[in-house]
Amino acid sequence: MLRLEKRPQPSQLWTYLTPLVAVIATMIAGGALFAFLGEDPLVAIRTIFWDPLFSEFAFYYRPQLLVKGAPLVLIAIGLSLGFRAGIWNIGAEGQYIVGALCGAGVGLAFYPIEGWYIFPLMVLAGAVGGMVWAMIPAVLKVRFGTNEILVSLMLVYVAEQLLASMSLGLLKNPQGFGFPGSRNLQQYASAHNAELIAGTGMHWGVVAAFIAVIFSYILLNRHMLGFHIRLTGQAPRAARFAGVVPARLILICLGASGALAGLAGLFEVAGPSGQVSINFNTGYGFTAIIVAFLGRLHPVGILLAGGLMALTYIGGEIAQSNLGLPSAAIQLFQGMLLFFLLAVDVLTNYRIRLKQREVA
Amino acid sequence: MKLTKLLTTAAIALGLATGAMAESHGGKTKVGFVFVGPVGDGGWTYEHNKGRLAVEAEFGDKVETVFVENVPEGPDAERVMTQMALDGAKLIFTTSFGYMDPTLNVAKKFPKVKFEHATGYKRDTNVSTYSARFYEGRAVQGTIAGHLTKSNIVGYIGSYPIPEVIRGINSAYIHAKKVNPDVQFKIVWAYTWFDPAKEADAAKVLIEQGADVILQHTDSTAPQAAAQAAGNVYTFGQASDMAEYGPMPRVSSIIDNWAPYYIARTKAVMDGTWESVDTWDGIGKGMVGIGEISSAVPADVKAEALALKDAIASGAYAPFTGPLKKQDGSDWLADGETADDGTLAGMNFYVEGIEGTIPN
Repeated sequence: MLRLEKRPQPSQLWTYLTPLVAVIATMIAGGALFAFLGEDPLVAIRTIFWDPLFSEFAFYYRPQLLVKGAPLVLIAIGLSLGFRAGIWNIGAEGQYIVGALCGAGVGLAFYPIEGWYIFPLMVLAGAVGGMVWAMIPAVLKVRFGTNEILVSLMLVYVAEQLLASMSLGLLKNPQGFGFPGSRNLQQYASAHNAELIAGTGMHWGVVAAFIAVIFSYILLNRHMLGFHIRLTGQAPRAARFAGVVPARLILICLGASGALAGLAGLFEVAGPSGQVSINFNTGYGFTAIIVAFLGRLHPVGILLAGGLMALTYIGGEIAQSNLGLPSAAIQLFQGMLLFFLLAVDVLTNYRIRLKQREVA
Repeated sequence: MKLTKLLTTAAIALGLATGAMAESHGGKTKVGFVFVGPVGDGGWTYEHNKGRLAVEAEFGDKVETVFVENVPEGPDAERVMTQMALDGAKLIFTTSFGYMDPTLNVAKKFPKVKFEHATGYKRDTNVSTYSARFYEGRAVQGTIAGHLTKSNIVGYIGSYPIPEVIRGINSAYIHAKKVNPDVQFKIVWAYTWFDPAKEADAAKVLIEQGADVILQHTDSTAPQAAAQAAGNVYTFGQASDMAEYGPMPRVSSIIDNWAPYYIARTKAVMDGTWESVDTWDGIGKGMVGIGEISSAVPADVKAEALALKDAIASGAYAPFTGPLKKQDGSDWLADGETADDGTLAGMNFYVEGIEGTIPN
C-alpha cells in the first residue's frame, strides 16, 4: 500500500514543482468541470489562460493584467514577510480599506487646489493608514498576547463599516445628489493615479509592486532583518538565542504588511477605482493570501502567482461573457488552484513509499 | 505622451473596426448585460436577466445577448464593459447604481456603442439612464402592511441609505399611517443589496423586536424564509414576485418588469433611432408590477390596495401628496401639492412620524 514518509529535509525540487503541478491539476479538473457544464474544455481553458494574452483584443487585456495583479502582488509581498516569521496577518483587506480612506481623505481635503505635492502626501497617508490599522493587532499581541489572526480578521469588518460610514458621510461627494460615494479622484488631476504611459496599464501602484518585489528579495537574502525573519519562522527558540526580539519583529512584520496593503488601497482608490464607495473593496486582501502561498512566500514566486491570479480573473470574465459560463464555476476554478496547491504541497515534506502491509 | 496616446486610440479604433466587422458578418445585434448579483438571486438580477431573455425571445436570431454576473462595482465593471464593447456589443445595460462612473468612462472610449445605466443620474450622448418608480409600489405595500399588522410594528430592511431606498420607506410609511394611525416603523440597515445571511439576521432582529410585517429593500428571499420560520409574520416579494413563499408569509410583491424597456431600447438600436434619455416609469407604464395579493389578505384590504394601485396607474393619485411634513416638523408639501421629480430623486429626509435618523 501507499504510505507517506516524512522527508528529513523539505524537497527543493518539489518546492518549485508543486505550483506547476497544482496549475496543471487545476486545468484538468477545471476542464472536467467545464465539460460537465456542456462546454468544450479545451476552448474554456484556452479562453481563460490564452485569450487575455494572445487574442485579438490582447492589447487591452495585457495592461489590465497589471492593473489587476499589482495590488495582489503588493499586498502579498507584505504578507509573505510576516508569514515567513510565523506572524499571521489575515486582515490585509481592512488595511487596504483604511489605507484607501486615509489617502483619499488627504486628497479630497485639498480639493480643488492643484499641486505636485498632493499625490505624494496621499501616498504617505495611505501607507501610514494601513500601517496604523495593522498596528492594532500588533500592539495587542505584543502587549497582551492576543491572537493576531483573530484580531486582524475582525478588524476587516470594522474597516468595512468605516468605509460605509465614510462613503455616506464625511467623504460623500457634496455634488452627488445625496447618493453615497466620494468625488471621483480620476477627475482631480493632482490626486489622480493616472497611467504613466497611456494604454499600458502602468500606474504608480504597478511601479510600487515591482519595487516591493525587489526590496523584499534583497531584504530576505542580503539583510540581517531578513535572516531574523526566516530564522524565527523556522526555529523560534534558536532565533531568540541569535538575538531576535520577538516583539520588535511582530511590530515590523505587521507594520510593513499593513503599510503595503494601505499603499495598494491608495493606488486603487486614486486610480482604477477613482472613488471611495461602499463596495470599494473587492477582496484583494484575501486573494493576496492565496497569491502569497501560491508564490511560495518568495518575492519572485509572488510576482508570478499574482500574474497567474490576475489571468484567471480576466480570463474568467471573458469565459463568462463569451461562453456563458456561470461566475460560480469560475470561482470554483480559482478555489481549486489553492486546493491542489495545498494537496500537492504534501510532497514537499513527505515522500510516497510503497510498503508491504504489516501485521498489526 | 502624445504619440503613445495616439497609438492607443488607433489600437482601440482598430479593435472597434474588427469588432464591427465581426458583427456585420453574423448580422446579429449584440446586447450585453452587466449584473451585480448572480442571475439566480431570485430578486433584482433575476428580473434583469428575465428582461434579457425577453429580448432574446422577441428578436430571436437577430440578436445575441451576453452577460456577466457577480461583477463588483468599480474597475472590474469597467473591464467587463470594455470587453463586451470590444467584442462587438452595440448596446450594453449596466444594472447597478455603482456602475455609474465606470459606465461613463467606457462610454467615452466607445462613442458608437450605446449604454444604458440603471438607477443612476449621469448621462452622456451615448449613455441613457433608466429606473422604475418603486415607491409607487411601496404605497400599495404600506396600505396592506398598515392593515395587517397587529403589533403595530412594521419592520423595514434597508439596503443603503440612498434616495431610492428612503423614498420607499417614506412612501410605505405614509400609506401605512393613513390606514393605521398607531403604526410604527423599525428600520434596520443591512448595507448590502444581496447577502442572504445578513438579510436573515436583520429579519430575525426585527421579528424579535415585535415586528409582524417585514418590508425589504434587499434582493434575496432570506427574509421570507426567516418570516416563515417565525410563523405569524407577513412579508412582500422584492424586485421579483417570490411567489414560492405565498400565500404566507409573502402576501404580495413589487415586481420590476424591465422586459418592455429592454425590448424597446434594443429595437431602437437596431433601427438606428436610439437617443440618450432619462426614463423613470412606474405602475402606469408597467415597469413596476404588483404581484398577486394572496388569500392571507382580507378581501376589503385587497380591494383597497388594488383601488390605490389603479389610481396611481391612471395618474389620478400621486403617492407623495400634501399635506406632508418632514421628520423635523418643517413643512414639505402643502395640502394637495405633489412632490416634483427633482426632490424625489435626491430625497434625503424622512417624513414626519418616522423614528430614528438616516445614517451618515
